[in-house]
Amino acid sequence: MPRGIQAQKDGTYKVELPEEERDVLASLPGQLREALEAGEPTLYRLFPPAHADDDEANEDYEHLVGPGLVDGKLLALAELERSAHATRLDEKQLGAWLGALESLRLVLGTQLGVQEESYPALDRADPDAPRLALYYWLSWLQEEVVGALSERLPDEPAGRDAAEP
Amino acid sequence: MSQVVEAPVEVPQRAPDDDPVEDRPWIVIVWNDPINLMSYVTLVLQQLFGYSRSKATRLMLQVHNEGKAVVSSGTREKAELDVSLLHAHGLWATMQQD
Repeated sequence: MPRGIQAQKDGTYKVELPEEERDVLASLPGQLREALEAGEPTLYRLFPPAHADDDEANEDYEHLVGPGLVDGKLLALAELERSAHATRLDEKQLGAWLGALESLRLVLGTQLGVQEESYPALDRADPDAPRLALYYWLSWLQEEVVGALSERLPDEPAGRDAAEP
Repeated sequence: MSQVVEAPVEVPQRAPDDDPVEDRPWIVIVWNDPINLMSYVTLVLQQLFGYSRSKATRLMLQVHNEGKAVVSSGTREKAELDVSLLHAHGLWATMQQD
């Protein structure tokens, strides 16, 4: 069976994944939601400081923006949970998958202490091997989502390109 | 991956006394991290800022190769909005006055 995500001519996206992988996908949002509610320290990567060295400004920023950031991430996770077994997704749903996969990879990668951008071969003796395999699989799936969404984006957006920063 | 050499950016010089602190623009910086996919960073820069694929790719490579890149600039309010959008998409972004 082919695996992956493809943009369709009608504007939807076709999702081909084995059932057991979809079951895993459906189970992950609940785990992250629990961690979010418990305020686990490895979640810091989801909420970086806005100012490199201004604690007061960071407190203001967190106060202003923090709750909205949490809500956005929870909404994306809920959509992934809801549509993990769907074979067709619309643009908005696939956007939510992208966001949810991002949060899952950031937290899992932080917990695993990922420091390299390469993907070394799995060592079965390593107690982290199962979670590392999950991380690799989420990376593959996120790459699939990025590829499908990128296909729809024009190379040169008409009149929208901002000035050089 | 091949190294991308960036041309130095010309910064217009102004006399210090007509440059009060409040008027200096804020810049938004995206920092390199080992988790985010290169293709993902490119897509986010295209989606959020409407950058062309080539410009978004150039900025992504600058983040990857040099550790950081300035991705937008403007008033404090605009910078704060841009940083919050980048954070909503999982990128490591900070803002500072230029």
